[in-house]
Amino acid sequence: MHRYANPSRFIRIADTIFPWAGGIMITAFAIGLYLALLKSPADYQQSEMVRIMYIHVPAAWMALFTYAFMALSSAAVLIWKHPIALLSAKAAAPIGASFTVICLATGSLWGKPMWGTWWVWDARLTSVLILLFLYLGYIALINAFDETERGGKAASLLALVGAVNLPIIKYSVDWWNTLHQPASVFRLDGPAIHPDMLWPLIIMAIAFKMFLLTTLVTRIKSELIAARVQNVQRSLHGNLADGRG
Amino acid sequence: MALLVRDLRLAVRQSSDGVMVLSFYVIAIVLFPLGLGPDPQTLASLAPGLLCVAALLAAILSLEGLFRSDYEDGSLELMAVSPNDLAVQVLAKITAHWITTGLPLILATPFLAFLLNLPVQALFTLMLAMVLATPSLSLIGAVGASLTVGARRSGVLISVLVLPLYIPVLIFAVSAIDAVLLTYSPKPHLMLLGAIFVAALPLCTITSTIALRQALE
Repeated sequence: MHRYANPSRFIRIADTIFPWAGGIMITAFAIGLYLALLKSPADYQQSEMVRIMYIHVPAAWMALFTYAFMALSSAAVLIWKHPIALLSAKAAAPIGASFTVICLATGSLWGKPMWGTWWVWDARLTSVLILLFLYLGYIALINAFDETERGGKAASLLALVGAVNLPIIKYSVDWWNTLHQPASVFRLDGPAIHPDMLWPLIIMAIAFKMFLLTTLVTRIKSELIAARVQNVQRSLHGNLADGRG
Repeated sequence: MALLVRDLRLAVRQSSDGVMVLSFYVIAIVLFPLGLGPDPQTLASLAPGLLCVAALLAAILSLEGLFRSDYEDGSLELMAVSPNDLAVQVLAKITAHWITTGLPLILATPFLAFLLNLPVQALFTLMLAMVLATPSLSLIGAVGASLTVGARRSGVLISVLVLPLYIPVLIFAVSAIDAVLLTYSPKPHLMLLGAIFVAALPLCTITSTIALRQALE
């Protein structure tokens, strides 16, 4: 755990991960988009509209996954004061917020022709909207303090508090029987979706996950480098001040 | 306990926060008939939602001051080093907050319900829902207030953080009253409200204690 708290070691690891994750991402996007948009069959009820699902569902999974990752990192911040964990949670927040926006936007585009409305106050939709607010609240809180350390801790606590929303989102379709359809992939009795549609979905999910990994690694790295630049500048200013004094 | 009395005495002597919250609540409710038109039927159907939303916004108004003055004049640091457990003192402060803001809101609610033409049979449930909901509002709000102690523009920030967390309270309070209006039993919704309160009591107290300790570090 603490082995990875060393910035230079982290950057080394990040540099080795990056090309692999990037390569897998590009391949998975190429195959996944081909299968999803061209190869997979149109649904007998939804016709071509079903293809929105290949973006919507992975984005929704990643919105939840990213928040879970952020909450776990935040726990590591509070328990071990792990510096990289704070950076990774901070870097993950805007990415997760973007996934949530993509999920809501594609869902809305699909909802108009299918449900006849852009938006309904269904339990699943509402809880995902709350997730977006939690992401935005985290970003607002982490930037709201003059001392960055205090902002990091406060935001980490908020991330943990907000984690109560995750099971609510997951089970909202079972607890409240409203408009959004229940789970069809992660079920005890196996996925209720045809393999022709399941495979493109899984490949797209892998592509999304690799996208998270590459952007996350890049963002953390740039944060580390920015901190280093700041340190160098500060010590330069310090030297100049000493020279004058 | 002594802290609770102190906070109450402070609130009574300054008497600004409670009065502010209450007048906001009343004014907000008075605005709705003016904006929506005075049709009693429309008002009655909207009343549960309007009352709950206005109460919730009024409760948010007072949150900024919950820990700020104690943080600024250093009392919070004295509380943290005092032999009494900080969590108990935080709970005392939250209780004082509820007595000074939640309680006036509850007391004003029946009068405002008449203004909005809410049917009388829903009044008892409305009061019960308010009694169960307002403590949760104070507790959840305390988390937001403690996280933003010392932040820039903490007032706006508190609203951004706390409003999403208030949504479950709002949903169950409104559905309890709506259930009565549709002649269903409001019991499941009220029980869920109670469950939120019981869960928030330890969780929010502990969370805001941790947040305050970090603010003081």
